[in-house]
Amino acid sequence: MKLRQLALAATVVAAGLSGALVTSAAFAQAKEQFFPVLSGRTGPVAPNATPWANGHNDYMKLVNARGGINGVNTLVEECETAYATDRGVECYERLKGKHGGATVFQPLSTGITFALTEKIPGDKIPMITSGYGRSDTADGGIFKWNFPLVGHYWVAGDTVLQHIAKQEGGWDKLKGKKIAVVYHDSPFGKELLPIVQERAAMHGFTLQLLPVPAPGVEQKAIWLQIRQQKPDFVVMQTWGVMTPTAIKEAVATGYPREKMFGTWWSGAEPDLKDVGAAAKGYSAVMMQHGAEPQSAVVKEILEKVHAKGQGTGPKDEVGTVLYMRGVMGAMLAVEGVRAAQERFGKGKVMTGEQARWGYENLNLTQAKLDALGFKGVMRPVSTSCADHLGANWARVHTWDGSKFVWSSDWLQADEQIIKPLVKASAEKYAAEKKMTRRTAQDCQS
Amino acid sequence: MFYRENGQFKTTYRADQQIFPITQDRWVILALIAFAFVGVPMLVDEYMYRAILIPFLILSLAALGVNILVGYCGQISLGSGAFMAVGAYMAYNTYVRIDGMPLILALLSGGFFATLVGIFFGIPSLRVKGLYLAVATLAAQFFCDWAFSRISWFTNNSSSGSVSVSNLQIAGWRIDTPLEKYLFCLAFLVVFGLLAKNLVRSAIGREWMAIRDMDVAAAVIGIRPVYAKLSAFAVSSFIVGVAGGLWGFVHLGSWEPAAFSIDRSFQLLFMVIIGGMGSIMGSFFGAAFIVVLPIFLNQFLPWAGALVGVEISTATISHSEFMVFGALIVWFLIAEPHGLAKLWSIAKQKLRLWPFPH
Repeated sequence: MKLRQLALAATVVAAGLSGALVTSAAFAQAKEQFFPVLSGRTGPVAPNATPWANGHNDYMKLVNARGGINGVNTLVEECETAYATDRGVECYERLKGKHGGATVFQPLSTGITFALTEKIPGDKIPMITSGYGRSDTADGGIFKWNFPLVGHYWVAGDTVLQHIAKQEGGWDKLKGKKIAVVYHDSPFGKELLPIVQERAAMHGFTLQLLPVPAPGVEQKAIWLQIRQQKPDFVVMQTWGVMTPTAIKEAVATGYPREKMFGTWWSGAEPDLKDVGAAAKGYSAVMMQHGAEPQSAVVKEILEKVHAKGQGTGPKDEVGTVLYMRGVMGAMLAVEGVRAAQERFGKGKVMTGEQARWGYENLNLTQAKLDALGFKGVMRPVSTSCADHLGANWARVHTWDGSKFVWSSDWLQADEQIIKPLVKASAEKYAAEKKMTRRTAQDCQS
Repeated sequence: MFYRENGQFKTTYRADQQIFPITQDRWVILALIAFAFVGVPMLVDEYMYRAILIPFLILSLAALGVNILVGYCGQISLGSGAFMAVGAYMAYNTYVRIDGMPLILALLSGGFFATLVGIFFGIPSLRVKGLYLAVATLAAQFFCDWAFSRISWFTNNSSSGSVSVSNLQIAGWRIDTPLEKYLFCLAFLVVFGLLAKNLVRSAIGREWMAIRDMDVAAAVIGIRPVYAKLSAFAVSSFIVGVAGGLWGFVHLGSWEPAAFSIDRSFQLLFMVIIGGMGSIMGSFFGAAFIVVLPIFLNQFLPWAGALVGVEISTATISHSEFMVFGALIVWFLIAEPHGLAKLWSIAKQKLRLWPFPH
């Protein structure tokens, strides 16, 4: 029997074809900085990941309308992952070498982040995981190529608990209380747990951990459990179709929405639109921005991109929570390149390795952010070799039945608690991999 | 004209019983293996290795394992994803927990534990058959999904439940570049392919096929169903377990239980059905069809759209990829219910008569 013959013939034919496709699209043009987009426009997170990708691409178009990054235009190409890790890895491989090499990846999936964390050091491409991914990658001494800029799950978890404590009148009031954590049963959901467990041990409240299997549409049993055990608060680490399902179940079981708090990925318009007025009172913690239809950057996008018919998505989603997150992700990606240009040559196309330096030495002052149109949207971000996080501020917003309104002041995550957690987890990773901490010399490079 | 065995006389039993009795077959296969080891590395780029060839090789290996159980022994199993998971997680545990553990030994130990689990979940096959067995093997899938996401020992107490390995090396040879990974997987596949091919031609393989075709008759002529069925489960889950280890170690590098979900079990079963049940070569066809075709469609559709001047959005591509893929599966199964391997053997028959058919 011809064991391998047709199998290999078929692969080689397909190889030739796809190779031809890859090369035909890969005319590396001068002066274009390539930002790959791993989109999730289909699959279980489509309602949430679509505005993210639209915001990201619109901001990149805006950068070009503003004259590029010191004259270097941005170029985006999407690859659809449908939130599946293996497809995400395939997309990464497909895009990383295109258009002169990828600048930075933003996978928008914790599963893909975990897989790519193993690959990016070899390929010398940085990765921004703004608000998701591995929390311990904030330790730049171990994770040279990862940048969880502006916040990660532990910042979100800590600030949401701070908000609850503040509402109750202090941490000591939480003693003896019961908090249920409803989380996506995957690395994404479990990443939240160390910080809430740490806080629970510190302040003497009990935790009820309720994992929901992916994609999160089977929650009947869990909400019945919540109804029986009546926890004082419910913290939700949910994403995609899971969030509206949880809120609908809460409505059905009569759990008060005022006592439900989402983390960063659980509080956006697509999650609550369908539930509408019934979701009134539900809050979610936002790392810095929320829905910002009034901000200068949104007005500029409407004027310079959408008014010219170049908008990526529908006009009415511009300025919504997840759209803004895409805009912010794109802004961070671009500003890192701008910072790198300061060092490696203005008006030049940066390689991934050079861009990494930019992300590590990011210094977005309030004046710079205001000039970019992010006044009132964000606070300053500054990173260093040791700290790849850059900022740890958050606010809480609450659904009023038709839109989100701010319901808390700025909250800062407690570095005293998070730093040791990050360090311990990063060291454990390094020990498993037999890696050593970066030297001071490496920090200069 | 060229493909016929006229004049090739077998003078010994040995010559008569070799894997490829026809000289042309033998040479073509040897040339193919040589090409895979030497020619492919000269031709393809990194993307081909990492996104297509390596997943293809590993899933071919897994499909090979499933084919032994489903195609040769007739025991329908939906637990293949679970056996892959056992292979991956146990290989990880032996690799991380035992200092200085050689890589190959770790992968094989993953296969060993998968064998144990496979035999255990194969026990119901002694009582239930067909679709009922498929449902019974689902238990393996659900149990393993549960165990690997709940019992933190398996993930070395990782807080997120995701595990990762890197710095793979064998006796100082670091398996780092895509080429090395490709060769590593290819070597595994060649060895296991040869092993499987010989197993199914041997006494034990004939026992499996007898059980598949009619278990009562097989028992009457002296084949022990317990032994035959459980050995099929053991061999199959060993191969699938090693494939799972390779999938985690070499392809993904970092994985979570979702990488071996029920979807993976279905995918492997479909590979066997589409490729051809009871055919070693069918496993390769099936793996190629399931692994390569979606990726190919995903890249071909925008290209085809651009030819006629239509720009297709990423979401539309993704949706149409599913539709075209589904339609192709249906079409292939109608055109040839016995799988792609059957098409291949028909082609071979025709080739023998070419250019003078009757």
